[in-house]
Amino acid sequence: MSAETRVTPASAGSRWIPAFAGMTASGRGAWHRLALWSVLLLFAFFFLTPMYVMLTSSLKDMAQIREGNLLSLPASPGFDAWAKAWSSACTGIDCGGLKPFFLNSVMMVVPAVLVSTALGAVNGYVLSKWRFKGSELMFALMLFGMFMPLQVVLLPMSQVLGWFGIASSIWGLVLVHILAGLPSTTLFFRNYYVGLPDELIKAAMLDGAGFWRIFWRIVLPLSGPILVVTLIWQFTNIWNDFLFGVVFSGGDSKPVTVGLNNLANTSSAVKEYNVDMAAAMIAALPTLFIYIIAGNYFVRGLTAGAVKG
Amino acid sequence: MGALSIRNVRKSFGATDILKGIDVEVEAGEFLILVGPSGCGKSTLLSMIAGLDTPSTGSIHIADRDVTYALPKDRDIAMVFQSYALYPNMNVAKNISFGLEMRNVPKVEREAAVQRVAKMLQIEHLLDRKPGQLSGGQRQRVAMGRALARNPKLFLFDEPLSNLDAKLRVEMRAEIKLLHQRTKTTTVYVTHDQVEAMTLGDRIAVMREGVVQQLGTPDDIYSRPATRFVAEFIGSPAMNMVGSRRAANGLVAKGVDLALTDEQRLALQTAAAPEITYGLRPESLAFADDGLPGSVSMLEPTGPETYAMVDTPLGNLVARVPGKVSHAVGERVFLRWAATDAHLFDGQNEKRVA
Amino acid sequence: MTPSPAARLSQWMPKLVIAPSFLLAMAFIYGLMAWNGYLSLSASRLLPNYEFVGLEQYTTLFESDRWWVALTNLGIFGGLFIFFGMAIGLLLAILLDQKIRAEGVLRTVYLYPMALSFIVTGTAWKWILNPGLGLQKVVQGWGFTGFEFDWLITPERAIYTVVIAGVWQSAGFVMALFLAGLRGIDDSILKAAQIDGASLPRIYWRIIIPSLRPVFFSTLMVLSHLAIKSFDLVMALTAGGPGYATDLPATFMYTMAFSRGQIGLGAASATIMLATVAAIIVPYLYSELRSKR
Repeated sequence: MSAETRVTPASAGSRWIPAFAGMTASGRGAWHRLALWSVLLLFAFFFLTPMYVMLTSSLKDMAQIREGNLLSLPASPGFDAWAKAWSSACTGIDCGGLKPFFLNSVMMVVPAVLVSTALGAVNGYVLSKWRFKGSELMFALMLFGMFMPLQVVLLPMSQVLGWFGIASSIWGLVLVHILAGLPSTTLFFRNYYVGLPDELIKAAMLDGAGFWRIFWRIVLPLSGPILVVTLIWQFTNIWNDFLFGVVFSGGDSKPVTVGLNNLANTSSAVKEYNVDMAAAMIAALPTLFIYIIAGNYFVRGLTAGAVKG
Repeated sequence: MGALSIRNVRKSFGATDILKGIDVEVEAGEFLILVGPSGCGKSTLLSMIAGLDTPSTGSIHIADRDVTYALPKDRDIAMVFQSYALYPNMNVAKNISFGLEMRNVPKVEREAAVQRVAKMLQIEHLLDRKPGQLSGGQRQRVAMGRALARNPKLFLFDEPLSNLDAKLRVEMRAEIKLLHQRTKTTTVYVTHDQVEAMTLGDRIAVMREGVVQQLGTPDDIYSRPATRFVAEFIGSPAMNMVGSRRAANGLVAKGVDLALTDEQRLALQTAAAPEITYGLRPESLAFADDGLPGSVSMLEPTGPETYAMVDTPLGNLVARVPGKVSHAVGERVFLRWAATDAHLFDGQNEKRVA
Repeated sequence: MTPSPAARLSQWMPKLVIAPSFLLAMAFIYGLMAWNGYLSLSASRLLPNYEFVGLEQYTTLFESDRWWVALTNLGIFGGLFIFFGMAIGLLLAILLDQKIRAEGVLRTVYLYPMALSFIVTGTAWKWILNPGLGLQKVVQGWGFTGFEFDWLITPERAIYTVVIAGVWQSAGFVMALFLAGLRGIDDSILKAAQIDGASLPRIYWRIIIPSLRPVFFSTLMVLSHLAIKSFDLVMALTAGGPGYATDLPATFMYTMAFSRGQIGLGAASATIMLATVAAIIVPYLYSELRSKR
């Protein structure tokens, strides 16, 4: 399967099967259509309800929460829970809300995404257009990194970070995310660049351009789509990560996912579910936002990552 | 102006020999064609001239400089690719001047070159467009413009017309020929199309399985093909080949005595093979009132000519007759030809005998 | 004549450029993997102790009740997660393929959970499945007073809640893969089948689904991979509980290595996880790379 599989809009190439289009003789088609839509809507309901619950619960006050009706609309919607989640909720010993964790995430995500994407682009360029003996093997070896369970590097990596003195800092996290992200970013770019005609590179060589000039002037300008896909993919994965966040961070460098988990799991006397939901919303907003505005690219990243080519 | 010298170039990939010893000398200003079926090595040879590949042994000289291992950009050559390979993210003007930019040519000179080339190829109105907005023929011209802009010593063409439809192909062929007449740059042109080879080349190298079977002018190749392969490859419809055996002082095929000239008989005496292939080009055959008997099995009128397939004791022969044919399919006819028009090839090593 | 310095540099540049990434990747992936392997053969407890003890840690591992619970859970969770994920994903893909006008919107709806962190998903579902104030109360409020849904705190049932949350998160992804696969099928084959008189279910069963085989396999790979790696979801939803009823190898490893001071044991469990993944992925990758030659 090609790495660039697209999910195209309904008008292009959907299966036109008369039965489901409502066009069978005895009018059974109309029933089929109805059944089709009911199933689809049922699942839509299934997928949307948790978000609905999260949102509405975060806007309710504790009195209404205690009534126990998940699906009710907030009677007097307010952002009190959100404010509390942001600045004063307790996440273990500290009660400073999600804000410091959120900021940690931002500081970690930006360099990690940029560096891993840049390296992926250059690596992909080499592996697709400048192959040499053993380069395919190198690629395969690197690729395995995408599949291995990360549990297997946790212990040794903590040791290594300790040696470098960055075990409890944001930079430790950044480094780990870059290393863990290299295989997938390299894969994305390599598969995309394989689709660029080799003759383009040959023509540039004849025109006198060398390795780097070809990259800057020709290959990179043509990388728009894959650049977006990779940035979005990396951002989503790194922002949403929890495992590295909980293992490799120190007191001041925990990302927002760890903050959220702590917040939701603190065994304080009174559980404030609305605050928990507000915190979950805050943690989810960045990636959700990106998904809504650039969903297509997100899907391309998913399918490109999963379907090897 | 430059000359090109290919000396005993060989190329192997592992166990397979792609090129088995190529020796070609190209004069300055000459238009050399490399033609042959796919897999014959012509594109590999072109890559080596371009510097995109290196020979396993042998050397390549451009204008008396040994460039065997030199980078493409140091060879002062330009190439037009089969897919044109225009840079999609740059407009036509930038595409043309990119090579000059890489060589640090000052902006003023670059722009002058672009104008000069655009005028020559009549693409001035396209300078701001991107390749995606151009038609096939226009892209071809831009590709040539890119090559022309640098005034290189050598032009290389890698099957540039293969992606065009038939009509456009004929037009662009003429343009390439005109361009060569004007600029007189030494050119090496690779194609698998024998019509292009015959019409464009000053000299043609017919290649097969890594070897140059014949290097000569179009006339040489057509009138005196050096091997059976060259004879069948060039010329359409292909030459009629009749297998024959020696008998007394001549040749016999399926009981029919084949016409031979004295020179041919002389050449036969020194040749060793017991079997000889007797070749006749379709245009050498004519309908007559007597001669070789046969019946018409198919007629293909092309307008100016008709190809007639005739079933004879010597096998199915194709005759190429000007105008229309008065005979109908199934009719009994006679074919005639002159012995001087026959080509004789050794039945075993396929080389020309006479 | 030998290549010029410029020519030689151009030959080496690509290798030079990829070398750092390659070496780092090798060190990070295989180097650390080997180190972890060694740790699993060492007597490490709270701190690394490089005394070689052979397979002792592994014996302890497989004598541990909790580990067996984790493995069983992985089997149950993995099996159900993959099955339902694929079934729902395939169903949605087939339905969406039927020229639906709102396809874009529905696709966005089915897929958005993948954009969320597993922690967010776990936290949300923990609230929804809350025995006192969640789903149970709502349904009871509808009149089904006898309805009980306390799976979250029932040791035997808790793992199924992880399945529900996991499927909710990933079914859309499976759908996207299958939809792409369906769209890749040549329309003319289907038209020929319709002319041949095949009914709709027949067409799906005999033609479409078999040609989706490669997608089945890659989806299977991805889902198995997700299942084995499942850590975030469990931590947020149940924290491995009640007790360790919803422990999975990933949470087991974390707990042993980082809270219980049992580094050697944690390393051993990680190695077992690696072996499981390798046993599935390596043959698959090998066959994929070979067929693409």
